[in-house]
Amino acid sequence: MPKLFAEPLNIIITGVGGQGNVLASQILSVAAAEAGYRVAVGETFGVSQRGGSVMSHVRISRDKPIGPLIPRGRAHVVAGFEPLETMRVIMDYANPDTVVIMNDRPNYPLGCLLGEDKYPHPARIEEAVKKMVSRVHTLPATHLAQEAGSPLAANMVMTGAMAASGLVPFGREYFIRTIESLFTGGVRELNLRAFDTGYSRISG
Amino acid sequence: MTIMGVREEKPGVRVALTGNESIARGALEAGVAYAASYPGSPTAEVLGTLAKVAGEHDIYVEWSVNEKVALEGAAAASFTGLRSLTVMKADGLNVALDFAGALAISGCRGGMVIVVGDDPAAHSSVREEDSRNLCKVIHLPVLEPSSVEEAMDMTREAFSLSEELALPVVVRCVTRVCHASGDVKLGKIARTEREPEFQRGDRVITFGIALHAMQEQKLTRASALFCKSGFNSYTGPQRAQRLIIASGPSYMYALEALEMLDLSRETGVLKLGTTWPLPESLLLDYLINASEVVFAEEVEPFVEDNVMALAARHWKDIGSITFYGKRSGHVAGPAGPGIGEMNPDILAGSLSKITGAAFKSPVLSGRKGALELLGEKMPGRDLALCAGCPHRASFWSIKTALELDGRGGIVLGDIGCYTLGIARTGYHILQTVHCMGAGVGIAGGMGKLDRFGFNRPVITVVGDSTFYHAAVPALINARYNRSNFMLVLLDNETTAMTGHQPHPGRSSTATGEPADTVHMEDIIRGIGIPCSLQDPYDVEATIDVICRMLQQEGPRVLILRRTCALAAVKGKQKNRVYVDGKRCIGDACGCGRFCSKVFSCPANIWDAESGKARIDEAVCNGCGVCATLCPRQAITVERTV
Repeated sequence: MPKLFAEPLNIIITGVGGQGNVLASQILSVAAAEAGYRVAVGETFGVSQRGGSVMSHVRISRDKPIGPLIPRGRAHVVAGFEPLETMRVIMDYANPDTVVIMNDRPNYPLGCLLGEDKYPHPARIEEAVKKMVSRVHTLPATHLAQEAGSPLAANMVMTGAMAASGLVPFGREYFIRTIESLFTGGVRELNLRAFDTGYSRISG
Repeated sequence: MTIMGVREEKPGVRVALTGNESIARGALEAGVAYAASYPGSPTAEVLGTLAKVAGEHDIYVEWSVNEKVALEGAAAASFTGLRSLTVMKADGLNVALDFAGALAISGCRGGMVIVVGDDPAAHSSVREEDSRNLCKVIHLPVLEPSSVEEAMDMTREAFSLSEELALPVVVRCVTRVCHASGDVKLGKIARTEREPEFQRGDRVITFGIALHAMQEQKLTRASALFCKSGFNSYTGPQRAQRLIIASGPSYMYALEALEMLDLSRETGVLKLGTTWPLPESLLLDYLINASEVVFAEEVEPFVEDNVMALAARHWKDIGSITFYGKRSGHVAGPAGPGIGEMNPDILAGSLSKITGAAFKSPVLSGRKGALELLGEKMPGRDLALCAGCPHRASFWSIKTALELDGRGGIVLGDIGCYTLGIARTGYHILQTVHCMGAGVGIAGGMGKLDRFGFNRPVITVVGDSTFYHAAVPALINARYNRSNFMLVLLDNETTAMTGHQPHPGRSSTATGEPADTVHMEDIIRGIGIPCSLQDPYDVEATIDVICRMLQQEGPRVLILRRTCALAAVKGKQKNRVYVDGKRCIGDACGCGRFCSKVFSCPANIWDAESGKARIDEAVCNGCGVCATLCPRQAITVERTV
């Protein structure tokens, strides 16, 4: 078993309800357990199945049982499925060494649709994120997913990017096996395609 | 996290499961025969998980009409000697409490486990009730898992404990266990081999004070068993002077907080997995050595109060102890002691206050600069009804109809996705929200106030699943007493909020077998109340029918029936909806950006570059309601079916 670069490794996946980030955290943690690690995941989602902020804390350890919540400032990786939510999570949970992988596609909160709040320009958000942490990968995950077949597969593009980041202590094959075991037919093909798109985007 | 993990037959294997799957697995390993529940977060997925494997293990699994009926059915199985499971959220225990209290007196035979999901911070509830207090009131023993793995182990062991005590056992799980995931070491799945038996001479009754005495004896016995239970454990130095008594996930947070503060070597942690009745002699063993005790638990100071009462009774033996917790104000989150969830940071902060040890989270140096760069306040994210949600269309119609009616009609609410009618996404339309079915009862009362001069039209909304669960008695009462209100039944043909479970209005059961559908129209008309049906996606017709019915007298029902937008598109190609750039003339229209700013479906966004409306195709579910409302008919729907 390769040594983790941190013990436990703390990963936060964040986005908006309906973007499938609970599924992404499921794939990450099932793969981790398959690879022989201990895992703990804490999901935070509100009343609404869609539309609210959603955050998954995924913690991976070699051998220790761990609690489901990551303390403030101690995330090693933040995978943000939506720019504003990424920014929000970074401010609470990141430190200057946190690695950020971020989808560039905004999902507008109700207050912005109503014209009561203003959504910052996504490029501005990226710039702000870069002020806080040293390593940021921004990718057009929703757009790439659309090209792969459906914008809903953006979560798989992001999962692929996480797998390729070099931060997760187990290989691509564990992710592929997990995706294959969870889905069938066309959805399996779509998700594998989307995963590969994200993976090759980061691994180059 | 996968049903394969729950199904896995090989004992000793480690698989990743959610807390709710882990509870289901624990029940399977105990040889559960009968499981019944009404869906409620955070425990909604336990029964659904069992339903998936019911066939292969020959288990009876049902979605019951409400928690009280579920508990009664599970008790029946137990009375015949079978092992049974009931699952409910804290609010569900309130519904079931009348029977639960009686059952705690009569006792049970086959192992009977009641899983209660408490929701500290009320992530998906209207309140953060601590059900341990109720369990104490009705005299039921409580186990409290601290992790996903322990949820499985405790559920399994709770069945044996229940048989040993002849008493149902409550497994109290909080959201951070139910909705967490973790790797668990599987045990062996047990097949039920018992034959149910309930003979003519058998009696299970609740009567008189003789049984009360027996009930107290059972709890005394439980306390003695708990003193030897493996679910209570101690980590730390021998004879620690500073002791943390922790239950639930707060135990994990306490260990992490001590590590962050570098206090692990000098502080002991007593994990309490059996929180009622207290394992008294075990606690006293540790209290004798301690001079400082810190309590870590959610939500109320339950263990804290009861341990302090225990200490008071034994003060001569244990001497002076300083207790730190919610009562002293030392253990508190940002909202104050006894309010909200625990987490490692809150506990580290509390311990730092108590011990003086320094606690600093890693600092984000660029935070200020980043916020300055964004230049303004970061927008928050309101909860919102989904794109295409029929409730949005229904609320829009009710709002418009009441404006047209002009008599200042009021709208009362209930529990479900449509509770979001209290928020911006539902035009702030709802004026009361309490518990399942309460809206109809309150409307019944409002509708009798005309003799005092209260003459506003009264509308109350209730969902389909809530209707069956709790609204029917209030409706009978309204008919009998001739109350005057209009019930709008928001029928999205599923229990949407908890994950699309079926209910008595559906044609199949929890396990997918054909059901005898109980039609809501038949119930309503059977009570003698007039009932109309309308599709809420047809906004114009819905406004018309509401306006007409507002003129009528007595109790009357309008069913607004349209499948939940998420359920409707699942596995299907969605309709394509788009804005015709030639027809939409942006702000020149004078509609005030009706689709995004007023109707405000999250799929209706504004394209700042073109200055025109746009549909977010990643969000849109293709209902097409916005197309019928756009004053310039600028939105087109390409139907796939």
